[in-house]
Amino acid sequence: MPTEPSAERGPWSLALRRFLRNRLALAFLGLFVLIVVFVMAAPLWANHVADTGPNEEHTVEQITVNGEKKDVVTVEGKPIGPQWFGAGGKFFLGADSRLGRDEMVRLMYGGRTSLQIGITAALIATILAVVLALLAGYFRGWVDGLIARTLDVIWSLPVFLIGLSLGIALAVGGLKLGPLEISSGSNWNPIFVISIFTVPYIARPIRGQVLALSEKEFVEAAVAQGAGPLRVMFSEILPNLASTIIVFFTLMIANSMLFEAGLSFLGAGVQPPNSSWGTMITVGVELLNIQPLLAILPGLMIMLTVLSLNIVGDALRDALDPRGKARMDAALEFEAHGGVTAGAQQGAVV
Amino acid sequence: MARFIVRRLVAMIGVLFAVSVIVFVVFMVLPKQNPAQTLAGKNATPVLVKSIEEEWGFDDSLVVQYGTMMKKVFTGELTSYKPRIPVDDQIKEGIPATFSLTIGAAIIWLFFGLLLGYLSAIRAGGWLDRILTGVSIAGISIPVFLLAPVLLYFLTYKIELFPNAQYVDFSEDPYEWARHLILPWFTLALLSIGFYSRVLRSNMLDVMNEDYVRTARAKGLSERQVMTRHVLRNSLIPVVTLFGLDFGATIAGTAIITEVLFSLDGIGLYAAEAVRKFELPPIMGVALYGAFFVVFVNALVDVAYAYLDPRVRLGESASE
Repeated sequence: MPTEPSAERGPWSLALRRFLRNRLALAFLGLFVLIVVFVMAAPLWANHVADTGPNEEHTVEQITVNGEKKDVVTVEGKPIGPQWFGAGGKFFLGADSRLGRDEMVRLMYGGRTSLQIGITAALIATILAVVLALLAGYFRGWVDGLIARTLDVIWSLPVFLIGLSLGIALAVGGLKLGPLEISSGSNWNPIFVISIFTVPYIARPIRGQVLALSEKEFVEAAVAQGAGPLRVMFSEILPNLASTIIVFFTLMIANSMLFEAGLSFLGAGVQPPNSSWGTMITVGVELLNIQPLLAILPGLMIMLTVLSLNIVGDALRDALDPRGKARMDAALEFEAHGGVTAGAQQGAVV
Repeated sequence: MARFIVRRLVAMIGVLFAVSVIVFVVFMVLPKQNPAQTLAGKNATPVLVKSIEEEWGFDDSLVVQYGTMMKKVFTGELTSYKPRIPVDDQIKEGIPATFSLTIGAAIIWLFFGLLLGYLSAIRAGGWLDRILTGVSIAGISIPVFLLAPVLLYFLTYKIELFPNAQYVDFSEDPYEWARHLILPWFTLALLSIGFYSRVLRSNMLDVMNEDYVRTARAKGLSERQVMTRHVLRNSLIPVVTLFGLDFGATIAGTAIITEVLFSLDGIGLYAAEAVRKFELPPIMGVALYGAFFVVFVNALVDVAYAYLDPRVRLGESASE
């Protein structure tokens, strides 16, 4: 055996090396980057190629495809199919419905919305969960009792059903919660719903870790040096949670995106005319027998994004903590509960 | 055991109460817009809003409103805003389709999930295990949003092998009932098949290292007896809990989406249509009854689990 490099390399660079050795994960990380580039390029494609916005309707227009005039939407209300580059990139994937909106532009902007909601919701949920877990695990006593009970109640609810209710109530009436005010059509509504209901899945396992960490000698040493609760929580315990937080955050983006797709598909998430991959499926299913791509493509995009995030998250877990059985179990527990979405179970059991 | 059941029942009532309060807060307190205004529509006159407010009791104090809501739920008087159709009747009409869908799918996912998991575990590391692992992971990764349109397009529209769902009652025609449900069943089950086979496989691999398995081998039981009587039986215990949680979550989650995608006339489709029309009482009704059902199933599973695994209930009473 060659000498262990661990003496001169920090744990992070070791983890990075382990991650870089995982070719499958690298391939899927590449796929995720491609998806991000694809959705970020939305304005470029919209302005320079398709020459239309995501919500612009073209009900009575005609386009020239290879020198031939074609209706964007026929008299019977049937949208044009994929034109690829026949019309110079206009209606690359055809029109979305009788409203004649450019499917490709909507797919790109919709992906933007889906990713934005997924990432923001995961970020908010993770921050909330970490703060709650730190408070509960550090102070214990009634603080822990209150936080842990509240999380337990959310945990035992049929989360998707209640999330759906909240989503639709907010989509109709907006939100007013103290200083927090969101108007009715805003994308912050699904973000709010998703982040609230996903907090327990992150907070519960992290709370356990905080409980264990606060028994350790280095915490005792910090307290002996006169460190206050804030310093102990945030500069002693928090850094030790970093790898768990990174893994959960990655997996949580995937789950939030599925949650968003479910809400939007049923009309309780992103509100029309804005597009997200979930709402695009709702529109597309109506025309499944004539233009199957309209429903299948956004579904495929959701699957690829979620799959790549799950595989990357899983590889991160392996790389950051090769022996971490406890964490593995926490994630399994999360998947097992399956309450979050139409497919919360589909986190990575890879 | 009796003590355990009582504790579980008390916890269940607590959660049910929390559910009803949460649903009430969600619909009546959180929204910025007055519910009467929502009901009256965008261009309603203040007089109309006022009359609706009085008619539905939106001007009462929150406690009174909560009481009214709960009374309506228990007496079955919850009605949709316009037209006024009792929510209870609509939910009852949806029950056969929803239960046919979810129970059928559950049977399929348990059967195939456990079968694949078992085969995978007894051949761990071999080629069969690798193939089954691949299949499971693929199954886990395909969301219903993608699976349903793909199946519908190819099997219903292209080759017309299956009808475009719609629910046919079992008492009318059992054959058509099954034919209409095969695609939705499969759509709903695929994800769990993959998941359950992974879970059973990893449980079995863990159990195989237990001392009592070595003892069973040492006393000369055949490999098959060891696997079925000792390993499989003990690996199934966690699956029971998982199943209870999943079944509830499926009814209140994926099943709604599946019903919409296959236009099956169940509770989920009813809820989805209410969402589309911004009708709050039906969603409130479905959320409440659905949540009650899920919480009840979870409590039942807990009791069954305690019955199967004495460590659970002994642990509970020991900690008292």
